[in-house]
Amino acid sequence: MAGIYGNQRTFLCTSSFPSREHEDLEDKGGISLKVGIIGIGIAGFRTTTPELSWKELTYEAAAKAYQDAGVDPRKDVKAFVTCAEDYWEGFGIFDEFTPDQIGGALRPVCTVCGDGIHGLATGFMQIQTGLVDVVAVEAHSKISDLLTYEGVVQHALDPIWNKPLRGHPFYVAGLEMNAFLRASGNTEKHCAAVVEKNRNNAMRNGIAAYGANVDLNDILTSEKAFDPLKKLEISGLADGAVVLVLASDVAAKKLKRKPVWIKGVGWANDSPSLETREWERAKYAELAAQMAYRLAKVKNPAREIDFAEVDDRFSYKELQHLESLGLAKKGQAGKMTANGDTALDGKFPVNASGGSLGCGDVVEASGLHRVAEVALQLRGDAGKRQLDGVKVGIAQSWRGIPTTSGAVAIMGVNQ
Amino acid sequence: MGQTPQKWPGIELSNDDLLNKKVTQTRYHPRAKFSWSAGEAISRFLNELKEGRLIGRECKHCNKILFPPRMFCEQCFKPTSKWVYIKDTGTIQTYSISYLDKDAKRITDPIYVGVVSIDGAAEKMGIMHYFGEVTKDTIHIGMKVKAKWKPPLERTGSILDIEYFRPLKEGEQ
Amino acid sequence: MRKVAVIGAGMTLFRRRLMETPKELCFEATRMALDSAGIELKDVDAVISGSAPDGFDGVHMKGEYYSDGCGAYGKPYMRVFVGGGTGVFSAISGWYHIASGLADIALVVNEEKMSSCQPHPQSVFAHIWDPILDRPLKPNLIWIFAMEMNRYMTVHKIKKEDIALVAVKNKRNAVDHPCAQLADPNITVDDVLNSEVLAWPVQRLDISPPSDGAAALVMASEDAVKRLHVETPVWMKGVGWCIDSTMWTDRDLYFPEYVARAAKMAYKMAKIDNPRKQIDFAEPYDPFDYKELHHMEGLLLAKKGEAPIMTREGVTQRDGDLPTCPSGGLLGVGNPIAATMGVKIGELYWQLSGQAGKRQIPHEIKTGVTNAWGDLMQYGAVAVMGV
Repeated sequence: MAGIYGNQRTFLCTSSFPSREHEDLEDKGGISLKVGIIGIGIAGFRTTTPELSWKELTYEAAAKAYQDAGVDPRKDVKAFVTCAEDYWEGFGIFDEFTPDQIGGALRPVCTVCGDGIHGLATGFMQIQTGLVDVVAVEAHSKISDLLTYEGVVQHALDPIWNKPLRGHPFYVAGLEMNAFLRASGNTEKHCAAVVEKNRNNAMRNGIAAYGANVDLNDILTSEKAFDPLKKLEISGLADGAVVLVLASDVAAKKLKRKPVWIKGVGWANDSPSLETREWERAKYAELAAQMAYRLAKVKNPAREIDFAEVDDRFSYKELQHLESLGLAKKGQAGKMTANGDTALDGKFPVNASGGSLGCGDVVEASGLHRVAEVALQLRGDAGKRQLDGVKVGIAQSWRGIPTTSGAVAIMGVNQ
Repeated sequence: MGQTPQKWPGIELSNDDLLNKKVTQTRYHPRAKFSWSAGEAISRFLNELKEGRLIGRECKHCNKILFPPRMFCEQCFKPTSKWVYIKDTGTIQTYSISYLDKDAKRITDPIYVGVVSIDGAAEKMGIMHYFGEVTKDTIHIGMKVKAKWKPPLERTGSILDIEYFRPLKEGEQ
Repeated sequence: MRKVAVIGAGMTLFRRRLMETPKELCFEATRMALDSAGIELKDVDAVISGSAPDGFDGVHMKGEYYSDGCGAYGKPYMRVFVGGGTGVFSAISGWYHIASGLADIALVVNEEKMSSCQPHPQSVFAHIWDPILDRPLKPNLIWIFAMEMNRYMTVHKIKKEDIALVAVKNKRNAVDHPCAQLADPNITVDDVLNSEVLAWPVQRLDISPPSDGAAALVMASEDAVKRLHVETPVWMKGVGWCIDSTMWTDRDLYFPEYVARAAKMAYKMAKIDNPRKQIDFAEPYDPFDYKELHHMEGLLLAKKGEAPIMTREGVTQRDGDLPTCPSGGLLGVGNPIAATMGVKIGELYWQLSGQAGKRQIPHEIKTGVTNAWGDLMQYGAVAVMGV
């Protein structure tokens, strides 16, 4: 595959970002080479938030993020990106309902139908053009307002080939888990270990909705849901909102903030159709990672990256994603987990936040939450889950059943 | 490359093709039900409607009464500070006389609908609602109107607790 | 700032009902755009898609569903959705993909299949309103336009006759557009004024009906333009976008402030300080005839209330001083929401590269502006393009 992922062409970013002195954005509209996160705000996550409207929930996260960044959104934030899908919200055009609660009224706002990391990539690109220097990115879940979650997920299936088969759409996860385990050699026990780790990690996370002291046996003996996927291996849904403030290095300096640098971003799609996709691999994650590693100039991810926050909506996904990102060798992710390598005190901590299994599946906000967690860890703000001496982290997202779409972001303390 | 395009793809179908299944098709009705949390501001708004009252929120910073009420002001981005009752009279900002219902079906008795700014709230702040006791000759932008409330027992805490806005009578407030 | 150009474009017919599935619609437009640019899918670094409500096509996350039709298989893919503003905003997204340095060549594919929604796509529009404040009143989409049109007409004392002139101009212009759904060479002001009143002041011939269609662009960096020896690149000189508050009942609808802000952002980037003089032609968003006038003023091409006068004087005819909607616009060609990109950005590309065939503006043009409008009278996406 040529283009950004192929070896045939020099990756664009390295050739079009010459090293030069930082230019004042105002004067020359020059491209800023560095973009970082200067504000983080999280509201929720809770299984239900009946006393708040989605606007009020998001406002809370936005207000926190802006205070953290030291910005007045009505003056200092030059563009806003939100991540939303109509059917999660129950609106025909959700974009209409996005600006007020993030300070975007009469400002440049856009809605990306993607995960939070797609939104992050959008903000990153907008700053890289030189047109804007501070961008807020928002994603939220008010999934408790949706009474027929299964119905909406099923609505995402191909109308001609798959919808007529009916059934709960998570059978797709069961099929994938089956194929992945067989191809990789990872086991059901390994998958259960992921749940144990993440839900226990979540007990140390104030925003987590599903922290619990579960053990391996609880999970292995739990009810089969979409065999081999078990009930306790599926993340529970939660409400929540995440807002991040991105800034160019010049803007961050003006605001007297020390950013967590975004070293690389990548995103990709594989085949949307169930019939022609590769069931064993998360190709979207492989491709997205390749793109991000090139931008970040990472040649050996397992060595150069210190920790990861990956999508674990279903237990086996954590293992599959670790292998797709090159953070675990093929077939080794399960063993790494069983050995405790991915534990909070392990060699390569994965999902210290608790992941989706522990915090809750906050739909499109999941990826943005992973980015927030990486940033908090790199800042030393991760409280009881703080990892020691971490300098580079990776966040990865997947858009859920039935998509093969995902994104990756790499962050570091150094420029 | 760089030539005026000559061919334009697309195969047209007629309504008949679809309705009488002359084209292969598949039909599906999505299960998508929602129950939106009104949240703090709108919950109070709805409860007050049930009591036959309109309520706004004050933004101290902007020195304005916001209506419909919200817990934060979208202009200055600060939390609003207190609840303020406003009147149930107002002015028509704009209107339409509709011969279509929500499914685009023709109706003979038109619906008068529009935006009414409410007295007591900041300038031009209002809601969309029906207008009643008007004709296409009497209704106009700038007309002073007053809410016609449903009887207390028929109110449920909804925007429909107001039946419509009608012309303000002489001497009325 | 890195320069970005449109180097190819394609679009399907716009019709009330097309046989092609969403994936096929995307493919047809994309294939046409790739051929027009003289490149293959493997040369494309990133794919952007714009499409409006999922409710039309009947698939949740439809951007994922038809992504393969856009050529997104194995590529970075992003869908944007800003209501009706998507027709121009997706091209803006293509712009920042390239201007940021992350891509050299990008595909922008917009698709809309409104006919899948039964019994009428109108039903989807019932769900764009606030569920608590608006939906209980069972609003019809046309009410938005009727209320805005009434306010605009009343504040500026504009007669229906002058507004009808826009519908006449555009539906006649559309005769020269091969994809047009609603072209009419003989339409008159009287036809419009005598057409059925739907929601006063809106009458049947004031509006564009639902359509199916797709449009695609190939955008490239300056380096790629050189490398590919593109003969007629059309450059994105300026981009701007702006959304107004959700609380639309708190705003005065007579002037689209959000369009003006987006336009100012685009003009600033394009270094234009006198739009009326420096812009040679315009494709404002015209789902309804009065919207062309409303947007001309929002785009600062006419003083407030002046657009109808300019129209009456013939300034906006194809051979006038400021040709406006030479394509025939949405009124003449059709309105498949996001796919209107073909009649807006697409038209600017075809006009400025001399490929507009019978619609070609007869005098020299160097710079054009277009906008797309969406949401609840909230969204302005503006692009200035030039050679």
